[in-house]
Amino acid sequence: MPHEHDDHAHHLLPSDPELKLKALERILLDKGLVQAEAIDEIIDSYAHKIGPHRGAELVARAWTDAEFKARLLQDTDGVLAEMGFSGRQGEHVVIVENTPECHNLVVCTLCSCYPWPLLGIPPSWYKSDAYRSRAVAEPRAVLAEFGLVLDEDVSVRVWDSTAEIRYLVLPMPPENISELGWQEAADFVSRNAMIGTAIAAKPRQAG
Amino acid sequence: MAGAHTPHPLSRNLPHDLGGQTGHRYDFGAVQADEPVFAETWHGRALAITIAAAAHGKWNLDASRHARELLPPEDYARFSYYDKWLSALANLLVAHGLVTTDELASAAASQTAPPLPASLTARTARKLIGSGGPTQRPLASPPQFETGQRVRTKTPAETAQISGGHTRLPAYAALKTGIITACHGGHILPDSHAHFKGEAPEPLYTVSFRASDLFATANARDEVRLDLWQSYLEPAAQ
Repeated sequence: MPHEHDDHAHHLLPSDPELKLKALERILLDKGLVQAEAIDEIIDSYAHKIGPHRGAELVARAWTDAEFKARLLQDTDGVLAEMGFSGRQGEHVVIVENTPECHNLVVCTLCSCYPWPLLGIPPSWYKSDAYRSRAVAEPRAVLAEFGLVLDEDVSVRVWDSTAEIRYLVLPMPPENISELGWQEAADFVSRNAMIGTAIAAKPRQAG
Repeated sequence: MAGAHTPHPLSRNLPHDLGGQTGHRYDFGAVQADEPVFAETWHGRALAITIAAAAHGKWNLDASRHARELLPPEDYARFSYYDKWLSALANLLVAHGLVTTDELASAAASQTAPPLPASLTARTARKLIGSGGPTQRPLASPPQFETGQRVRTKTPAETAQISGGHTRLPAYAALKTGIITACHGGHILPDSHAHFKGEAPEPLYTVSFRASDLFATANARDEVRLDLWQSYLEPAAQ
């Protein structure tokens, strides 16, 4: 049984976080506990391969293909597996659909859980103490700071990702979107719209 | 970002349980859509060594989360996101005997060793990222609650299996009544798993709460939904 409560060993490392990383990485590489090629692969995956373009493809296909949307909502994990969009921090995904009556917003108050295979690594603001503390208690005020002011008669449904279910918001489609192909429609889908801090917008306005 | 804040009255003094705290500020209006994935080079490396070191299987993701929660509150408040990851990783490496405190202090390995068979390679890293670790598990008995049923939450101090232990019931949702909107089948119970006491799968439910039942100033139309394990809940009057 390991000693579980060694909560201060980190104070032995340099306090500057970049130097802390260098020291820890050096020790792990020298001991063979971590290989350099694995570090490079993980960074490359999240820096270049896995990101919000995947979620945007899902949303755009759902907007432009009713049969796809029905399958996506009914068998989300199955469709993600087919598309090669499964993986770490997205093993169990639920897609929540915005309607004229209800706006969905995703947060993780306890840490910063987020659908990595669909949106990549969460942005700084999503991981901030301010978002984690305020999104559940005053979602409308937070949304207003993002520039999204909801009508009083729209209800807000906040999803606090406390377990291993990961949530992705399906924003409402812009008008006439179904006339476009999904590749063009995907330009209207921003990362923030799939978290719930924005709505789908023209590409130039996407935030 | 972190300022003087008011913890929730039911907080167990663990620093991570932020929902409903006041006093934290962030300039959401200045958020840029094209923020780089890793603002600093070391951020990506911190993420990568954390994932790679965990692949030895000495600890699981729940234990990793708990190691971050156990950082001294003053460190949790002032450390940046990836600094928390690195510091928790250092503590896990020492607690599980993979690295010694002497090595941390000297920032050098005391002896070199050939790569362990379990060390992640580029190929197995790709596989790990693409498959993850599903937490759904079969259940020994059917779920106790049904969709539409009213339930009442316990407190984090009650749900945690050891004093100060890991749990996923936020303080702001303690002792509140809500309605089950979905059952996700059996899932590993983090309260047990984080402490190496087994997976202990339980039914996992989505529970809907009226926002105004959780926060006095909330809009009466609004709703907050959480995913909660069966042992966090008790039947409530219908």
